[in-house]
Amino acid sequence: MATVSEAIRPTRTSVGVLGWLKENLFSTWYNTLLTFGSLWLIYVILRGIGTWASTKAKWDVVTTNLWLFMVGPFPREDVWRVGACVIMVVLLGLLSWVGWGPLGRGRMGARRWVIAGWLLSFPLTLLLLRGLGGNSVLPLVGTNLWGGLLLTFVLAIISIVASFPLGVLLALGRRSSLPAIRVFSTLYIELIRGVPLVTVLYMASIMLPLFLPEGMRVDKVVRAIVGFTLFTAAYIAENVRGGLAAVPIGQYEAAKAVGLSGTQVMVLIVLPQALRAVIPPIVGQFIALFKDTSLVAIIGLMDLLYISKCVVAQPEFMGLKREVYLFVSVIYFIFSYAMSYASRRLEVKLGVGER
Amino acid sequence: MQNKGLDTGDDIIICRDVHKWFGDFHVLRGVDLTVKRGEVVVICGPSGSGKSTFIRTINRLEGHQRGEIIVDGIELTDDVRNIAAVRSEIGMVFQSINLFPHLTVLQNITLAPIWVRKWPGEKAEKIAFELLERVGISEQAHKYPAQLSGGQQQRVAIARALAMQPKITLFDEPTSALDPEMIKEVLDVMRELAHSGMTMIVITHEMGFAKEVAHRIFFFDAGRIIEGNTPEEFFINPKHERTRLFLSQILTH
Repeated sequence: MATVSEAIRPTRTSVGVLGWLKENLFSTWYNTLLTFGSLWLIYVILRGIGTWASTKAKWDVVTTNLWLFMVGPFPREDVWRVGACVIMVVLLGLLSWVGWGPLGRGRMGARRWVIAGWLLSFPLTLLLLRGLGGNSVLPLVGTNLWGGLLLTFVLAIISIVASFPLGVLLALGRRSSLPAIRVFSTLYIELIRGVPLVTVLYMASIMLPLFLPEGMRVDKVVRAIVGFTLFTAAYIAENVRGGLAAVPIGQYEAAKAVGLSGTQVMVLIVLPQALRAVIPPIVGQFIALFKDTSLVAIIGLMDLLYISKCVVAQPEFMGLKREVYLFVSVIYFIFSYAMSYASRRLEVKLGVGER
Repeated sequence: MQNKGLDTGDDIIICRDVHKWFGDFHVLRGVDLTVKRGEVVVICGPSGSGKSTFIRTINRLEGHQRGEIIVDGIELTDDVRNIAAVRSEIGMVFQSINLFPHLTVLQNITLAPIWVRKWPGEKAEKIAFELLERVGISEQAHKYPAQLSGGQQQRVAIARALAMQPKITLFDEPTSALDPEMIKEVLDVMRELAHSGMTMIVITHEMGFAKEVAHRIFFFDAGRIIEGNTPEEFFINPKHERTRLFLSQILTH
């Protein structure tokens, strides 16, 4: 048998790196031409950016304003509070990484504590950032002083966490057998999907206060978060709906046949499968949300991009737009890519035993 | 909790004049069938004859629109409590197997005992391992369904159906989707189950199995039971022309 399989190996150039190169880049004469053309273009652009970044660029605009980029006008003497939040989240992240790795297998108790820690980290972060007011250890830092990357993160993370369950509920609502719930969910989803995010933000920040009773004021940041959450939830609902449709009818039947109730069928059998199938589009939605937080500049919040605009508008930093915007893009890219990477890891991890 | 008002004695399943329509299509046209405790009943018939729809009315995966179905003294109506009570007494095995792909073999089996019967995890797992032993695949407990062969998957599905300790088990063409060499291992498990005294309704075209195990065989056509008899009578001396034709087709091919 062994001799047979040795005798009919594929030809060398059809497999491996060489095979891939030949197949994809040099299959025809014009493909070869395109390959070399693109390589040359990439080289020219990268070399241009590289030499500019290492010789001509004045990076001190970034270093001087680093705090401004990170936290905006947040009082410098209270910045330790932001640091404490970051440390807390990093610690929780490490614990989760260890706890859901090979070490944590079978230790459900420990995992429960980590989950409780994550849940607790939300109110704790908000408390640390905002403070208690008065002359306490944590003087009040109003949300009007939150800015930069800090604000971008606050907007993105809270909106992500809030929009996910809302989106799942809307998706279930759209498939509900109760007409009122179904019609409401469908109308909501179609309405939100039919308008641009900017208008939702305007609605949340300008129109909403007009409708609220006299004297009742909702924080600007909260209003923006509500806008993002409502907007993203509609898209998540559509993604989840796709996932629900992909769960075979046999799964519902088998789950009902063993005696599970309607809610148990949904929560234990259908949703886990549906959500796993739609991790990539949902994370895509979260990445879009993260980047779209840069739109809050139009309603007067000082997120990362708004701060960069302010920095380059200052007379002493005239003409340094390229440095600032490149720096900001790199920050957006790092976090977007991290989310995308995490999503792929999650897919691999949950994909065990699938098909 | 459950409506145990009726004492039906030895008859564990009673179906009287069961009718069902899918839209305008009259699928079940008055089915009468009574099954005794511990009895093994085989149903055969051409595809589209309604036999599958019929056994699905017994655990209310399909509702019937006329007639009555009484399972272990509980009448099936739209009352959710009755449906839940009946479902926890009936295990079901599907042609398309339908294991939960996101759960391990062990979790597939313990899920319902833990969530429906509210058993503690250890008890559920102990019984799950006994069942896996019984169907002969205890070493696969921590694998996912997709890592098993079709025959192994169907045996897990049988273990899952038995985990609730049902009084009745329904089999809807359990071997039709399997490769030929895997059919025997599933039939062996079913044979053992039948000898253990389980009440079973089996839709199958495995006539060897039917001859050996069934107490009675019913022939289904066009939404009705055309005839039913003991295996000996059924195979040697079928009364209806339609049955004779069907048997000649599936026995000689």
